[in-house]
Amino acid sequence: MSENLIEVSGLTKKFGDFVAVNGIDFHVSKSESFGFLGPNGAGKSTTMRIIAATSQRTAGKVLVLGKDPEIQGPQIRAHLGVVPQQDNLDMQLTVSENLFIYGRYFGLPSKFIRSKIDELLDFAQLEEKRDVKVETLSGGMRRRLTIARALVSEPEILILDEPTTGLDPQARHILWDRLFRLKEKGVTLLLTTHYMDEAEQLCDRLIVMDKGSIMAEGTPLELIKKYSSKEVLEVRFGSDNNALLAPSMQKLCQRMEVLPDRILLYTDDAEELLKEILSAGHHPKTSLARRSSLEDVFLRLTGRSLVD
Amino acid sequence: MSLTQSARKVPIFGARYILEARLRTMSKWVWIILAVTILNPLLYLVSIGVGVGSLISHNLGSHGIDGVSYLTFIAPALLASSAIQAAQDEVIFPTFQGFKWGRMFYGMNATPQTGSDIASGVFLAAMLRTTLGVGIYSIILYLFGAMNSPHSYMAIPIAIFAGAAFGAVLLAFAAYTENEDKFFTIVGRFIIGPMFLFSGTFYPINALPLVVRFFGWISPLWHAIELGRFATYGHHISATMVAVHFIYLLAMLVFGLFFAFRQYSKRLAK
Ligand SMILES: Nc1ncnc2c1ncn2[C@@H]1O[C@H](COP(=O)(O)OP(=O)(O)O)[C@@H](O)[C@H]1O
Ligand SMILES: [Mg+2]
Repeated sequence: MSENLIEVSGLTKKFGDFVAVNGIDFHVSKSESFGFLGPNGAGKSTTMRIIAATSQRTAGKVLVLGKDPEIQGPQIRAHLGVVPQQDNLDMQLTVSENLFIYGRYFGLPSKFIRSKIDELLDFAQLEEKRDVKVETLSGGMRRRLTIARALVSEPEILILDEPTTGLDPQARHILWDRLFRLKEKGVTLLLTTHYMDEAEQLCDRLIVMDKGSIMAEGTPLELIKKYSSKEVLEVRFGSDNNALLAPSMQKLCQRMEVLPDRILLYTDDAEELLKEILSAGHHPKTSLARRSSLEDVFLRLTGRSLVD
Repeated sequence: MSLTQSARKVPIFGARYILEARLRTMSKWVWIILAVTILNPLLYLVSIGVGVGSLISHNLGSHGIDGVSYLTFIAPALLASSAIQAAQDEVIFPTFQGFKWGRMFYGMNATPQTGSDIASGVFLAAMLRTTLGVGIYSIILYLFGAMNSPHSYMAIPIAIFAGAAFGAVLLAFAAYTENEDKFFTIVGRFIIGPMFLFSGTFYPINALPLVVRFFGWISPLWHAIELGRFATYGHHISATMVAVHFIYLLAMLVFGLFFAFRQYSKRLAK
């Protein structure tokens, strides 16, 4: 037995002629928090559904908890908690009823679930909503309930597909805090996101995915080190001038990306670079010096931004 | 209690937990379900059973149709038709809801539950509702004096059987349906509607021209009615026809469930 809870090699998924996942390899070990970062359509959800034993692969090898999801789907799913991209709570039932019936789907005894519900409502900060119909909950509350629901069976692996997409910043931060607690408790997390800050905050290790393929893999820090400089200077000269002025600044930095609205200059000291640019006679309308992020990694790897 | 022992196994006969959840949802509507279940037969019996019945016995004597009173004649038909309608409602709407409107089936399927478990659970819940409806209906029939031949009770299992047969087929149909508007127009208007009209509920089907009798032959309701009349008051049909009616309904049940299980699983994995 290996230490890996999930082992995937050469995983391919086609929908008709369309290749949604194109021969990817990765593994996830126990208590690791593992992320998939990529834009819409990258193949993240498709991969998650194959790991979660609810969709069949076209080719490749997949082992989850040492079992093949195609052969032992229900046995694997008994150990997973899944937060799907699209909520599928029962709107006609209350918050606690949703948790209860979900626990029953795992065949758990009613007594166990009832005691678990208190703990989960506390975790999801939904105690006051216990007997309220799900219909009336806000998006953030529904998302927290879906996460709580996924935890009712004390899963060995928690799979989260875009846990915070569509939420406002505050609801998002509450969720991150909850997920961070799980991570601290040693729950193995598998999550997808197209938010680089989410990936940076929650993932020990991640894959950057685009158009069904893996572009890079590593810890957030490693990826930034490998594919970007320490700092970035963002300058704006107005949309007409950006492309025009870019060549003259090429020599001053390690690398540059010219976007329609701004120029990104990669360097180890952004403040210093700005001084140089100013003394060379360029006067950007605005400038921003910041640390490199996974967004820059993605831009470097694909030539496109993550969120469009 | 520790989960390491109690959980993380695949539950045996998982469908019962789906059934449990379905009953919980249905219980939210229990008053509406009960009202419909009681009012529907009352209205029918007063208007048609008693009203039309008295007209018929006035014209033809108390052994008006098929050698029995009109109420005795229509009792098995009313039971079977109510069973089929209850079964139909409780498989179609939950299936559309589960796959499309609320996507709950995808949540269930993320647990050890399989497509077949989910289909079975939905079907079993529909059968419980059908049995409840048939039970209440037969009590009301009894109170109207429509259940007083010695074998009247036989209409009850036959009605439930018919509900199961038709429910199974519609469970499959609904699972294949991506566009529910089309389903209601095509299946509802052009199949189910005529089927109910030409099944011989209120008069024998051979009073109809041959062309429309076809709707009766494919209709589970007609087969159930023939069986019901045979069992309750000895309506004259050959042993072969008894077997044909029975096998027709059984085939609907078996094939319906087979395709329902298959399509539930396929659609969830898509
Ligand atoms: N059931 C399906 N049938 C056909 N195409 C699909 C299906 N599911 C996903 N796709 C396609 O596969 C690609 C990857 O989708 P998905 O895995 O959902 O990406 P992501 O989650 O990264 O946004 C997309 O182009 C999507 O349109
Ligand atoms: Mg997705």
